[in-house]
Amino acid sequence: MPKSKIVYERSEGLSLMDNSYCPGCTHGIIHKLVAESLVELELLERTIGISSVGCSALNYDFFSCDMQQAPHGRAPAVATGIKRVRPNSIIFTYQGDGDLASIGIAEAIHAAHRSENITIVFVNNAIYGMTGGQMSPTTLLGQKTTTSPDGRTKAQGLPLRIAEMMATIPGATYVERVSVHNPQHVAKAKKALKKAFSIQKENKGFTLIEFISTCPVNWGMTPKDAVDWAVDNMIPYYPLGVFKDATVGEEK
Amino acid sequence: MAKGQIFIETDRCKGCALCTFYCPVHILKLDDTQTNAKGYTPMVTFDPDKCIACGFCAIMCPDSVITVERFIKEAQK
Repeated sequence: MPKSKIVYERSEGLSLMDNSYCPGCTHGIIHKLVAESLVELELLERTIGISSVGCSALNYDFFSCDMQQAPHGRAPAVATGIKRVRPNSIIFTYQGDGDLASIGIAEAIHAAHRSENITIVFVNNAIYGMTGGQMSPTTLLGQKTTTSPDGRTKAQGLPLRIAEMMATIPGATYVERVSVHNPQHVAKAKKALKKAFSIQKENKGFTLIEFISTCPVNWGMTPKDAVDWAVDNMIPYYPLGVFKDATVGEEK
Repeated sequence: MAKGQIFIETDRCKGCALCTFYCPVHILKLDDTQTNAKGYTPMVTFDPDKCIACGFCAIMCPDSVITVERFIKEAQK
């Protein structure tokens, strides 16, 4: 009879390489969730991830599944190609807000419109992280960035709510926004990811999970302050929840 | 009596201190007398006997440096 059991350890879906993100960046938590979901659903062996451009560009080194790098914003297009050539594979793209919401918005919308059988992991931290903290489409009003030093105003447009927008597309099957600001929400986020991968496994169509993330360095805060700032400022504007679930009617 | 223990890969820790804010029994802190292989101040447990093996620190660790082990009680055999 064993005297103890391991209740939490590093997921085998992550490679042995240390991730290169700044200390306290919640990218690391989201990576863990993707890896753990794939391992628990026993999909890791046939998964191909598409990494985007931005901080997450280097994540082809951090997952132990196959990975492919896509040009800026074009991860859903590359994912479409791979999924159609290898329909039995599980495809996820991992994109930030600069990549998906700005440069790659057309690819993301049309992938949903065609109801491609892929999962998009969309990490929204309201800033361009890797390039040095420029304003992105999801930057909040009044938020200071290097390209909006006095805070974003309406002249630069209002922050774009991606999950709500994608939920209006008829081809999208499952769209949910989650956050990783405390262990309870991390558990909810994992449930959402597992649901998305299960939908893809059953060939039910396009899924997108939006994560509220942080960027401590470019927001100019400590990791904990950044998490609190996201809770106080981002979640009121980007409410959490399921925005579309086309599988509900089928189950009944 | 501790209900479990955590193992920290000290040299992978980036010292972000996120785990210290989520520990319900407040036994984690950054040890500023140490510097790890990456050059960061690593996290340590200063009162391991209080650990309840809830795993919150490990769940919130972005760098997956924490492994949580839960002891199984005699009565549960």
